Amino acid sequence: MLIAAAVLFLLLRLLPGDPANALVSVGADPEQIEAARRQVGSDLPIGAQFVRYLGQLGSFDHGASFVSGVPVLEEIGRRLTLTLPLTALAFTCAILIALPLGILAAVKRDRWYGSLISVISQLGVAIPVFWIGILLVTAFAVKLRLFPSSGFPTSGWRDPLAALHQLALPILTIALVMSASLLRYVRSATLDVIGSDYLRTARALGAGYGEALVRHGIRNGAVPVISILGIELASTLLGAVVVERVFSLPGLGSMLLSGIEQRDYPSVQGVLFISTLLVLLVGFAADLAQRLVDPRLRGPSGGRS
Amino acid sequence: MTALSARANRAHRSVLKATTAAMLLLMGVAPAVSAEGGPDATISIGSLYEPQNLDNTAGAGQGINEAFNGNVYEALFRLNDDGSVSPSLVKDYTVSEDGLTYTFTLQPGVTFHSGDPLTSADVKWSIERVTSPDSKSSRKNSLKPIASIETPDDATVVIKLSSRSISLPYNLSYVWVINDAAKDLQSTEDGTGPYALDGWQRGSQLAVKRFDKYWGPKPENGEVVFKYFTEATALNNALLTGAVDIITSVQSPDSLAQFKDNPDFTVAEGKSTTKLLLAYNDRVAPFDNVKVRKALARAVDDKKLLEAVWGEYGTLIGSFVPPTDPWYVDLTKVDAYDPESAKALLAEAGYPDGLTFTIDTPNYDPHPLAAQFLQGELAKVGVKVNINVITANEWYTKIYKAHDFQATLQEHVNHRDIVFYGNPDFYWGYNNPKVVDLIKASEEAKTVDEQTEKLKEANIQIAEDAASNWLYLYPQIVVSKKSVSGYPLNGLNSQFFAYGIKKAD
Repeated sequence: MLIAAAVLFLLLRLLPGDPANALVSVGADPEQIEAARRQVGSDLPIGAQFVRYLGQLGSFDHGASFVSGVPVLEEIGRRLTLTLPLTALAFTCAILIALPLGILAAVKRDRWYGSLISVISQLGVAIPVFWIGILLVTAFAVKLRLFPSSGFPTSGWRDPLAALHQLALPILTIALVMSASLLRYVRSATLDVIGSDYLRTARALGAGYGEALVRHGIRNGAVPVISILGIELASTLLGAVVVERVFSLPGLGSMLLSGIEQRDYPSVQGVLFISTLLVLLVGFAADLAQRLVDPRLRGPSGGRS
Repeated sequence: MTALSARANRAHRSVLKATTAAMLLLMGVAPAVSAEGGPDATISIGSLYEPQNLDNTAGAGQGINEAFNGNVYEALFRLNDDGSVSPSLVKDYTVSEDGLTYTFTLQPGVTFHSGDPLTSADVKWSIERVTSPDSKSSRKNSLKPIASIETPDDATVVIKLSSRSISLPYNLSYVWVINDAAKDLQSTEDGTGPYALDGWQRGSQLAVKRFDKYWGPKPENGEVVFKYFTEATALNNALLTGAVDIITSVQSPDSLAQFKDNPDFTVAEGKSTTKLLLAYNDRVAPFDNVKVRKALARAVDDKKLLEAVWGEYGTLIGSFVPPTDPWYVDLTKVDAYDPESAKALLAEAGYPDGLTFTIDTPNYDPHPLAAQFLQGELAKVGVKVNINVITANEWYTKIYKAHDFQATLQEHVNHRDIVFYGNPDFYWGYNNPKVVDLIKASEEAKTVDEQTEKLKEANIQIAEDAASNWLYLYPQIVVSKKSVSGYPLNGLNSQFFAYGIKKAD
């Protein structure tokens, strides 16, 4: 975490530009620019800036935005109320789409629809997120007028239905993209299971094909899929950056983007710090889930392959 | 085999069913926008310029002028949409014979949104905020002639100047009058305008509500919501789907077709003050040579560029001054498009084989396109252009502050900004003592006519010197729903007065 913070700090300072620039406009005189630099601390040598930053990190204080003056953590908290539900809902939808279709594609791989699912998912992996977003907006918002094209209600989640209505297209966008790649993992995991010896043994002992798959297959197939899920969930969180921009959503991603544009270091560092933390937590949770599903991973030797 | 496929199919079908049910449920929810019109209507204004904070002396950006000027905050004077300046919080004022003492009488019965009455102390405090060392206002310089501010009584403000300043009323139109007891102006407000802040959701929208104790005429609507977008396409879609009523300024002509051919929308073209220019660093060779600058001006077909970017919209300009400024002169004939004479001039200047230079190009529209166009045009007269793409933030460090560039593309949005050519330390480093004197003298003029005469002369001189290469004036296009009217068309200095906007029932 500390190394991540240091690397981040350095990379940000390597970008050309100055956070003070976001505060001035054409017409400002040199004294005004210097005053702005003093205010944000970009007039200090980089070493002194880093020491200052470490001091803040130590007390879990991420400072205030250079541009808006709002404490960074407060702003992140507000924006997480959008980004977290968006990610979680999209993730759930993606699983709902990918699991049944993935298994179907594996089991029915020699039928036309089995192959069709595979081909479509392959296509889905190749299409950029923002393009799917734009297509969905054109179809469902502009042409059919079923959903709003962008934004989030001011009332937030106090009116959950309105909020969901507003978030329907962004959720669908992420879910579609995510389920495409997820589906391929589910399919290959299922294929592995179908070809396995224990499944043949189970069937030899008299279990039906479906029963064998449900009793022995799902558990075995789940292990690799869960680790992929962890990674996918983390990447959805980051994919939200693009989706939030397409749909003008006031989430963590849009905060990161505008922070980078304005060289608002406290905001960028804060967002990246918190999202790194979240990604680590997700990874940890995925690990735990794997151990729950597969007793072989629980031993003290931690015999993981 | 069959058993499982049936099961999977069933599972699949039930997922589908659940999803469809959820979709239907969601579709049943009415969109959150209120469609009703009338005197208490809510007007939704779509914009690409979200303010960074709510204080125009703390680097809030142009978005704050759009949302707050004349709506939430008022000044002693108002810059009207037609470019004229009229008294606002000032009821009456007198100027002494020598032009150095201005005595303002304030409007009676003005209340701040917090309930405090407006007094002369508030005005003094507000002006001193802009001129203070911490101020990041780009207007700070223009208020330099102010020597002292006195408040003999609650309704009178006396401003003493160190030198004449004919533009004082104009310059004061930028100075918000704020309650001197107000705290935390970056996230709250306490102004005297017809609307009070009603909530700001960062990254999304800012709402202002009609202020019932407003001293002036009652606004034509009850509430105004500024909705902010980062993508022009998302903004256009919002208007198409009815989520916003107005777009304050359309940034690309491609998107206009969908509104122009649609009877549900009004497309209105106003006059803008936004100029696109190729600014040279006039300090360094070869741009310290007038002949080179004139040659490059003649080598570029501005009309073709304007058509490429804006189609039938926009205006050609021959200098930095737009037609709405009183000192406008049609200078498009000076160094008009003529590649042959451009080549001759280059040879005369000592560059018979052409030259090479780099244009630092901001990475957002229309700069990259304009840079490529210039590259093509200048190649025809033997000038090789390298394009270096930079971000807006880098532009300030590299060009505005360090003057480390040969040429750059930039849009200048302000009204009456010819004065930049009178400052030899400005980023483009144009230094003609005659222009410096003229601009200084124009500010110290005794009458507006004298000021206009002097600035006209300066205007002609910068065009003759080809101080920069002025490519074109942007169009200012406002698109609205047919049912909405009464909005400002020109949006001078990014202002967008909302109090006159009506929405039909």
